[in-house]
Amino acid sequence: MPEKRIVLENCGVIDPSDINTYLSRDGFKALEKARKHMTPQQVINEVKRSGLRGRGGAGFPTGLKWELCTKSPEKERFVICNADEGEVGTFKDRYIIQNDPFGIIEGIALAGYAIGASKGYIYLRAEYHYLRDLLENAIEQAKTKGFLGEKNNESFGIEVREGAGAYVCGEETALMESIEGKRGEARYRPPFPPEHGLWQKPTSINNVETLANIPHIIFRGAEWFSQIGTQQSKGTKVFSVSGDVEKPGIYELPMGTPLRELVEELAQAKDLKAAQVGGASGRLIPEEKLDTPLAFETVLGAGAVIVFSKGRNIIQVVRRNIEFFAEESCGKCVPCREGTQVMSDILRRFSLGQGTKEDLTILEELSNAMMLASLCGLGQAAPNSVSDSLLYFRSEYDT
Amino acid sequence: MSDENLSLELEKLCIHYKRHDDLLSFIKKVHEKCGYLSPENIKNVASLWNVSVGEIYGLTTFYVFLSTKPLGQNVVRVCRSTPCYLENCDMVIETIEKKFNIRPGGVTEDGKFSLQLVSCIGACDQAPAMLINDELYGNLTPGKIETILKGL
Ligand SMILES: Cc1cc2nc3c(=O)[nH]c(=O)nc-3n(C[C@H](O)[C@H](O)[C@H](O)COP(=O)(O)O)c2cc1C
Ligand code: FES
Repeated sequence: MPEKRIVLENCGVIDPSDINTYLSRDGFKALEKARKHMTPQQVINEVKRSGLRGRGGAGFPTGLKWELCTKSPEKERFVICNADEGEVGTFKDRYIIQNDPFGIIEGIALAGYAIGASKGYIYLRAEYHYLRDLLENAIEQAKTKGFLGEKNNESFGIEVREGAGAYVCGEETALMESIEGKRGEARYRPPFPPEHGLWQKPTSINNVETLANIPHIIFRGAEWFSQIGTQQSKGTKVFSVSGDVEKPGIYELPMGTPLRELVEELAQAKDLKAAQVGGASGRLIPEEKLDTPLAFETVLGAGAVIVFSKGRNIIQVVRRNIEFFAEESCGKCVPCREGTQVMSDILRRFSLGQGTKEDLTILEELSNAMMLASLCGLGQAAPNSVSDSLLYFRSEYDT
Repeated sequence: MSDENLSLELEKLCIHYKRHDDLLSFIKKVHEKCGYLSPENIKNVASLWNVSVGEIYGLTTFYVFLSTKPLGQNVVRVCRSTPCYLENCDMVIETIEKKFNIRPGGVTEDGKFSLQLVSCIGACDQAPAMLINDELYGNLTPGKIETILKGL
């Protein structure tokens, strides 16, 4: 399957600092179509029928999330665009913001219309502060043209909020805590954000790429979109490829494309040993499984693909992953806070050739315990690469 | 800035950010103005915002971009996550350590530079990468680092 550009259709084509270049490519036509000819419920139905699922990692059906927000009797509602992009190896949201901020804004406005929100927030990670002016300039231009803000009786506005450096703030409830001016610690759930989200109001939080798909779906229709991809994963996915490849970068492919095509044909990996799909918390795919299709039903995450060539020591890589989680654990729950620390110590011993059989048993038990008992996705997914390395590269742990 | 001017300025900022219900941006602004959050700053912010000192302290220590100790005028943040590790981020760290004679977490004696090691900054296509203040620098080599640091 060749590359297919939907989300990235305008990237490199429009001038991200000039809304007119976006308008000349049918920009904001979807928003106009929705506001003039569709009820909010019809917009939701269209997104539901498209089969679009969240691109931030968890793959929750977007239309359903929106519908849940409208079930609340509470009339004040919010839309949040998650631009925290903290997952190791992920940089696609940065690329989308840099090249087509208007598509995101149109997507947020459509989400706002669908759920009846008065306001949208873009939560931008502090590391991307250099994108803030571009983003705010795009919002300002959309306001001037009457797509946002006070003109045309349109009251929906978008505000940029910036983080202050914390990976866990990409987790939806931690992110809301952060906007509320608190430590970014995950909340206990239920209640879920569509019921009690930002400031306890119904909130739909969606990833940048998810929202960037919306204008295309509304403009061209659910049928068109749902023909692309697999049974359970519709549309395309934007991948961030890094590591041992000739051509690291951003690639958009139909869902279901084999991993091999992405890393070997497009990114030009040579002598590949394994690829990790989904960032530091993603799955390790050894060379012999490289034909695995990239989709929610198999492996995907947020689309980070880190490639390791034959010369790499897997324990070192996994150790780096775990050190990341030990650093970024918010500390609220014990399995994650202590588990990542202990794993990190054990992996250090293995990388010095001092690991024992008992260490291996502990690694395995700890992986299971953390997956089951951690409060949020951070601790639950942190052990993934540890358990995969034990499965596929056990000989490297030779004690 | 004199103490009096500063507290006037903080009051003005506080009114602005309260209107947006945006405590974190307020704290970041204070941080930017003062270079870090001293115990005095923390107390001021707490009383202006009408919350406990503990809450502001808790916030400050949670986020890596906020510091309770003085930072250098330029903060160098070197990424050490997996993709940058594969592209030899240790070289970047060592080059800067040697050049400034500091360790990660430290500040140079003249107060000009801080060195911090951070998690993925979303520039893995340009690994190894670092941020200096708000600016991104990628595809680093010893020579390139030298040129960048000279230019500051
Ligand atoms: C530890 C952790 C970090 C996360 N980081 C991000 C992130 O940086 N960006 C993002 O869009 N989603 C992130 N998520 C997923 C969000 O919680 C949430 O599912 C997502 O924003 C929903 O949007 P979507 O349905 O469009 O994917 C993270 C989840 C966890 C558990
Ligand atoms: S790992 Fe360094 S920028 Fe992503």
